[in-house]
Amino acid sequence: MSVSKLTLKRDRFEAKTKQFRTKIKFDQWKGWVYLAPCIALLLVFTGWPIVNTLAMAFQNGYDTMEWISGIDFTIGIDNFLKVISYSGFKDCLFNTILLCVITVPISTILALLIAVCLNSIKFLSRFLQTIYFLPYVTNSIAIGMVFAAMFNMVGTAFGGQNELIQSAGIINNILGIFGVEPINWINEGSGYWENIFVMSFYIIWNALPFKILILLGGLQSVNKQYYDAAKIDSTPKWRVFTKITVPLLSPMIAYVVITGFIGGFKEYSSIVGIFGDDMGPTGDPRRLNTMVGYIYNFIDERQGQASAAALILFGIIFIVTMINLYVSKKKTHF
Amino acid sequence: MSDKIENSKNVTSETKGDSAIRVMGSRDINKLRTSAKIGKGAGMVLTYIFLIFIAVVVLFPFYWMIISSLKTLDEYKLSVPTLFPETIVFGNYAEAFTQANLGRLFLNTVYVGLVSTILSLVITVLSAFAFARLEFKGKNALFAVLLATMMIPGELFTITNYQTVFYLNWMNTFTVLIVPFLVSVFYIYLLKQNFMQIPNELYLAAKVDGTSDLKYLWRVMIPLSLPTLISITILKMMGAWNSYVWPNLVTDSDEYRLITNGLRNAFVESTGDVNIPVQMAAVAIVSAPLFLVFLFLRKYIMKGVSRSGIKG
Repeated sequence: MSVSKLTLKRDRFEAKTKQFRTKIKFDQWKGWVYLAPCIALLLVFTGWPIVNTLAMAFQNGYDTMEWISGIDFTIGIDNFLKVISYSGFKDCLFNTILLCVITVPISTILALLIAVCLNSIKFLSRFLQTIYFLPYVTNSIAIGMVFAAMFNMVGTAFGGQNELIQSAGIINNILGIFGVEPINWINEGSGYWENIFVMSFYIIWNALPFKILILLGGLQSVNKQYYDAAKIDSTPKWRVFTKITVPLLSPMIAYVVITGFIGGFKEYSSIVGIFGDDMGPTGDPRRLNTMVGYIYNFIDERQGQASAAALILFGIIFIVTMINLYVSKKKTHF
Repeated sequence: MSDKIENSKNVTSETKGDSAIRVMGSRDINKLRTSAKIGKGAGMVLTYIFLIFIAVVVLFPFYWMIISSLKTLDEYKLSVPTLFPETIVFGNYAEAFTQANLGRLFLNTVYVGLVSTILSLVITVLSAFAFARLEFKGKNALFAVLLATMMIPGELFTITNYQTVFYLNWMNTFTVLIVPFLVSVFYIYLLKQNFMQIPNELYLAAKVDGTSDLKYLWRVMIPLSLPTLISITILKMMGAWNSYVWPNLVTDSDEYRLITNGLRNAFVESTGDVNIPVQMAAVAIVSAPLFLVFLFLRKYIMKGVSRSGIKG
């Protein structure tokens, strides 16, 4: 082979590599081009808010309007202290946690029961599955209004002295069949726990579809051999449930519990649906205010406190998620 | 006795294809199953009673919404309620439609929903493609950062975004309802997973043939991941339909507001002595499109939801 031929080969090889290199470089550049709109929007509407929220939260008494007029704020944790010591915030935190603690376990257990039952039948199974999913595709404000109507009394005995109950609401009518006196659920003068009951009922009703869908999906992918083995040993049903079904479903259960808690801590629009923007029965506004509601109350002024509250909310969600993950890692089967 | 035989027949047909059983010797197990099945009968009845009871509880609010919307106010207020309207009136619907200005709000919502869905799909497809197929420095780190932002509650962003759109002078525009929510990290993640299932050889083959990336994306990747894209579309449209908080903050006239705002603002009082039949009619109008979508596209919604686990 002559030297010239070799040089030619080398030259060609070098040209190819060069081409390849530029191609890689172009690829580098291309990736960012494809991502440009996404990154630009995320920087403005996700990145900047994270930085800004931290900045606002740690400037004592921060208020955007005051900041524009040239006032400087000292750095510190006043906002957090103010938020925590404010009694309204404690109520919000209490309401939020209470609703979470009531609704997440009940809806999870109920969904698990329903999913297991659905999985054990053939006739009507798909039909019922469709019905159970229906609440998912609803508007939480709109259906909240329906629930309000169902619990609402028209012309309550609590409104004025001589007023009589015209219609006690369909729920009270149904309870009346069993001899229960009409209860003032959500009207003026109603009790706190009655309000909480209505909210919990609505939130559970709303939360079931998603949980059933996930748990049923999990059940359908469970290997049937475990159940056949249990049958051979003639294991009682509840033992099959606690020793086979629940452990095998544990990843899905952990998932719906975690998402349930995250959603529960952000509870807001279901309360607006039933009680309106006042977040409480007539005469006692903000009685059922939640963490998110608190943040929105401070969005127009004293944003430092809103930011501090948002960070506290994030902290709570983060801690609860971590605890859940830790527990589920210990308890889950996989 | 004949029952037993029938049962065992059923069981055999049930276990067909269950390989484990066949390995273990199907006769013994069939016997066991038959005896178990007899005890099962009572359990089955209870199961059905429970399931149907739950179904009634789930459906009752919808039923109550519809029949209340068809009643006259006087009939609604009867102390002993009627389970079906004595006189069916449709006037409540007309009244609700004008009182809540639903026509205008409907158009707004459809406009915002369509524009934001289309733009969001374009951005999501391009980003998912970059993450799934292109190689560049910092790709994995960037993706990890994006995923991390999903943990932060949206309310934290809202405080600042509210100020940002104020500075940008976007208050009371459609832009403010569309732009801040165009990027959803979750949809990018969902679509990226889908794109990665498409064999890379197809991409390389297309490269050899000199097909451009965009053409490949349009001809191969989008058709192959159509179910995911449809799921994203439906969830995004439902999101526009159900959004309440943000439009309530950044708009103050019916010219730009969305349908849920109109519903809540037109009927501020939902308790006490209010005209509930009209309210229920308005609620039914707002809910109807959602039910139609559900009726025809149930499969995509349920698939999308079980994979994404997010509410609209």
